[in-house]
Amino acid sequence: MQSEIKPIIEVKGVSKFFGEKTALDNINLSIKKGEFVTILGPSGCGKTTLLRLIAGFQTASEGVIRIAGEEITQTPPHKRPVNTVFQKYALFPHLNVYDNIAFGLKLKKMPKDTVLKKVKAALKMVGMTDYEYRDVNSLSGGQQQRVAIARAIVNEPEVLLLDEPLAALDLKMRKDMQMELKEMHKTLGITFVYVTHDQEEALTLSDTIVVMSEGRIQQIGTPTDIYNEPINSFVADFIGESNILNGVMVKDKLVHFCDRDFECVDEGFGENTPVDVVIRPEDLYIFPVSDMAQLRGTVQSCIFKGVHYEMVVLCHGYEFVVQDYHAFEAGTEVGMLVKPFDIHIMKKERICNTFEGKLIDETHVEFLGCEFECAPVDLQKVSLGDVLVDVDFGKINLLDNAEDGMLTGEIKFILYKGNHYHLTVWSDWDENVFVDTNDVWDDGDRVGISIAPEDIRVRVKQEER
Amino acid sequence: MVKKVLMQTYLWVLLLLLYAPILIIVIYSFTDAKVLGNWTGFSLKLYRSLCNTGAHHSLMNALINTIAIAFIAATVSTLLGSVAAIGIYNLRARSRKAMGFINTIPILNGDIITGISLFLLFVSLGITQGFTTVVLAHITFCTPYVVLSVLPRLKQMNPNLYEAALDLGATPMQALWKVIIPEIRPGMVSGFLLALTISIDDFAVTVFTIGNQGLETLSTYIYADARKGGLTPELRPLSAVIFVVILVLLIIINRRADKAKNK
Repeated sequence: MQSEIKPIIEVKGVSKFFGEKTALDNINLSIKKGEFVTILGPSGCGKTTLLRLIAGFQTASEGVIRIAGEEITQTPPHKRPVNTVFQKYALFPHLNVYDNIAFGLKLKKMPKDTVLKKVKAALKMVGMTDYEYRDVNSLSGGQQQRVAIARAIVNEPEVLLLDEPLAALDLKMRKDMQMELKEMHKTLGITFVYVTHDQEEALTLSDTIVVMSEGRIQQIGTPTDIYNEPINSFVADFIGESNILNGVMVKDKLVHFCDRDFECVDEGFGENTPVDVVIRPEDLYIFPVSDMAQLRGTVQSCIFKGVHYEMVVLCHGYEFVVQDYHAFEAGTEVGMLVKPFDIHIMKKERICNTFEGKLIDETHVEFLGCEFECAPVDLQKVSLGDVLVDVDFGKINLLDNAEDGMLTGEIKFILYKGNHYHLTVWSDWDENVFVDTNDVWDDGDRVGISIAPEDIRVRVKQEER
Repeated sequence: MVKKVLMQTYLWVLLLLLYAPILIIVIYSFTDAKVLGNWTGFSLKLYRSLCNTGAHHSLMNALINTIAIAFIAATVSTLLGSVAAIGIYNLRARSRKAMGFINTIPILNGDIITGISLFLLFVSLGITQGFTTVVLAHITFCTPYVVLSVLPRLKQMNPNLYEAALDLGATPMQALWKVIIPEIRPGMVSGFLLALTISIDDFAVTVFTIGNQGLETLSTYIYADARKGGLTPELRPLSAVIFVVILVLLIIINRRADKAKNK
């Protein structure tokens, strides 16, 4: 089986810091020989940095990288058995197509006729036969990218690294190139490591997807795994469209959300545990109200999307996005049904904000770099000094005017939970604050943060294990 | 209509005033009168006697010195300036800005200040002034111009090119020779031509660093000649020739700059 093959790339405990900023945080990744691996994430998540560490353009601050069993953490790029395809092609403008592709081979002092043969083969591979003596500046974007791919694969690397190679191409060209890349991967049989922010591209191309966010790996799995069993709400939201709701796992195989119990297939979460429930829009069946309906609601809007209609249905105060081939006009009463195995349960990463703080006196506690007034603390139970502070998601107030808050932050990630938004706010104290709110905010908004004294709960800090 | 005529007239008068001195020299280089201003009929005698080095040995010597100094200084400053530009380009944004500013100081600084400070430097280091010191001085003020003409080429370059070369197996040195240098070559050539003209043109810095060993460049020769009373008539054809050569160089530089922009 595949798993017995030794990994071609091993990334162990790799971190990368740029000054104060952490670009990569303890990355562990193992890539099998011949795999097509996609590193997927939003811009600024560290995916390109990870690729550059593997290529050798930057060196890891911590950790070890091995290629084909050999440690190469500090090896300069020209001695690594990998080749890269860059986003902006990076063809040498002063050389023609032939000399661009032959660049690597000539450096290896290969005989001229071998070079010629190999360049011709590479050009044929990318479907650019007879383009040898063209000026690279006269080629279209797609053609330039083909030459860039030929320039990389002609060196027969163990691993081909691709840094968003199709990002600069238009949609149609991108789709064509995706298929060609997949075909090429099959023919060449070498390992592809592909970086992209396009989830569809990742699902189409990959054997394995690595989802990254904020310098960390969120999930590694096959496209179907990632799509059907997202590990957390970030992955669920980033890959495809989804309805993400708060729910409670009543017991094994029974989950409560939207004012109703649903049968599901997940177990092992414990009893009465708060969870995130994920339902894909295409997994909700929609039909005129009947006894089959698990949920009843009103259609809010209906948009034609080409293959299907996308409808927003309001039921019990929760909005659901539903995709179906049948259209139901806005205002129609409908019934909905979801099959047990289409309900995906995710453990909540946290159920409230927990900050490390310092109790100053009975009614004051310091955390997030500010001194907060809090409800009187029983000093018999909690002593002054280091404590933990809990604040519920819904009890944090966000203010338009950043100056009005006790501290300020920037909204970094917005998740719609059917009836409210779950925001991740990056505070100026460099700590995340999670907020539930009904107000609409935008990504990147600067907000003031304030917390009422009675909503701050102080508890004893457990000794470190 | 009247306005248009006035505008045109103004322009032509201005251009005439700007170029009159040079034109007069060029015109009077085609007559053999001893004194400038006397027209004694068309003659190429001055050009002939200029070519006949025996008669005006010191003038030809000065010309040869000037050209030698210009070529050495331009070559060295092209090398230094290109390397410096690559270094500056690879700095972080803030240091890059600071270095760019430091680079413009010698350009904006008065020649006379540069001349005096170099003179004082050579004297305090006890270096005998002569050919070497002039060359060193010229390298000093030419290098910033080369940096200025190479930096834009680097900024235009795809930042991944160097990495692409390394990725394909080139050592950092090979990447420099096979990728970076070809990319910035047009900037280097422009910088070289610019350095050449500035060096030929210079008087203020040269006069402070030339010493008293009898070395003369064209500019110092003309200055000394003029002070002795009356210019050597052969200077007229020489000036005309230099003017044409510099003009051609300037046209080449401008053409190159235009081409780079259109690319």
